[in-house]
Amino acid sequence: MAHPATAVFERHLLIYRSLWRTTAFSFFLVPILYLVSIGLGVGDYVGSVDGFSYLDWIAPGLLATLAFQIGVSSSTYAVFVDFAWVGGLYVMRNTRVRITDMLVGWFAFVLVVLGIAVSVFLLVAAAFGAVHSIWTLLAPLVCALLAVACTAVVAAFSATIRSDSYFPLLFRFAVVPTTLFSGVYFPVAAMPEYLQPLAYALPLWHGVELVRATMLGTTPAWPVAAHLGVLTAYLIVGFVLARQAFRKRLVD
Amino acid sequence: MTTDSVVHASGLVKRYGDNTAVDGIDLDIAGGETFGLLGPNGAGKTTTMHMVSCISRPTGGTLRVLGMDPLADEVGIRSRMGICGQADRLDQELTVRENLVTYARYFGMSRALSRQRADEQAEFVQLADRANDRVDTLSGGMKRRLSIARAMINNPDLVILDEPTTGLDPQARHLLWERLYRLKQRGVTLLLSTHYMDEAEQLCDRIAVMDLGKVVAVGSPRELIAAHAGPHVVELRFGDDPVEQYRDKVEGIGDRVDVLPERLLVYAADGEAAAAQVHQRGLTPSGVLIRRSTLEDVFFRLTGRTLVE
Repeated sequence: MAHPATAVFERHLLIYRSLWRTTAFSFFLVPILYLVSIGLGVGDYVGSVDGFSYLDWIAPGLLATLAFQIGVSSSTYAVFVDFAWVGGLYVMRNTRVRITDMLVGWFAFVLVVLGIAVSVFLLVAAAFGAVHSIWTLLAPLVCALLAVACTAVVAAFSATIRSDSYFPLLFRFAVVPTTLFSGVYFPVAAMPEYLQPLAYALPLWHGVELVRATMLGTTPAWPVAAHLGVLTAYLIVGFVLARQAFRKRLVD
Repeated sequence: MTTDSVVHASGLVKRYGDNTAVDGIDLDIAGGETFGLLGPNGAGKTTTMHMVSCISRPTGGTLRVLGMDPLADEVGIRSRMGICGQADRLDQELTVRENLVTYARYFGMSRALSRQRADEQAEFVQLADRANDRVDTLSGGMKRRLSIARAMINNPDLVILDEPTTGLDPQARHLLWERLYRLKQRGVTLLLSTHYMDEAEQLCDRIAVMDLGKVVAVGSPRELIAAHAGPHVVELRFGDDPVEQYRDKVEGIGDRVDVLPERLLVYAADGEAAAAQVHQRGLTPSGVLIRRSTLEDVFFRLTGRTLVE
């Protein structure tokens, strides 16, 4: 018998088929524009960082940011609307689909979108000579963990709020600071010391460190297991919170 | 509890904080029966149906659905149940067939079986020629039919329909009734809620009238009319005069008198005789209408005429 989570995954793919254009530009093209404009433009002023050209150095950071952004933005309006307006999750509830299936099917779908975006980005990065190590093959896995962890946390958020006016706040106070303080554009060590722990608490920094290590063949700031551990903790907490938030909406 | 009950509830309670939505109801719905819940908004119909569909967990009492405990065997019950809620909740950008196939897949059916069931169900609700059209191109009546087709995808033994025809035009309602009647003929048990008396009378073998979280009467439409309204109603109008002043003057005629803003209703075993008595007392109503009692008379009798909001 087909697993109900598979059916959930298939529904999202079907819907995506008619909606993919709405996210194609921001997921597939914008990251490349950043790579070119900041990597080449700003890089011209910066010179090199840690012995790599600036473009090579920020390419992994931009890739991790891409994973972070896909993880976050996939589960904002899409989850909110599926409760508030479309009601697709209430429809699933009337079948054999359990809340865990809803989440697993959704995460699997987010990973498909991520997979496409990461592949496109890596091909372009390779064309610019920004890929320095065979370990780059592991970068998509790191991106997957980062994206799922973030998408789980945001799904919990989106299932909890009752008005979509909270999303601008999420972007202003969580997403933007995260992308600015996670060592994407400059090393965290360049920040004042009292600000550095902020980066350690953010999932993106751990993703940036790991992706940068894979693409440049360097060693990350912390042991690999520690970085993975923080991301896994985000994933577990996000999953538990999302399940609770979904249950609260779907069962009384 | 009768062993062949598809739904059995005794002393069923649902509370939200201090608010009691369902206040100790007893229900027994037999296999193959079409059972209606009738009542004003806030009577507890939807909450009752949510408990039967394992969406809402009872606060107290016993509930068995298809012989199973909704708290313990949710998936077992869902596999044999079809739920059609008040809202259609269709995926607008998918086609009719895609909506049906997706729903079939939610039950774990193979791709081939899902496609087969989708086509059968589209056929059943007369949407086969629209199977490849996106849902956002369908009319309201078609969307409702699609929701019902979807609820039937797993060949359920019990189908739950929350106000299935609200908002539909008369043609769409009649088509829907006819489809529901076919389900009934197949032996499917139907539990539905409605605001429409004609719908309840047309479709339901038995009706439970609910008010303020309680079941105030149960029976077939005919039984309810006999028990709570009597065979005839005489409607008396007195031009623009306030009718309240005529209340005492018709007292004793028939079994009971109801005062409405613009007319008096006299419930009587023999409408002709009651109307004759009115004239014998020297009253000259501007309008006299003798009619059979309807479920609507029962409804107002049991749940009152005041708007509770």
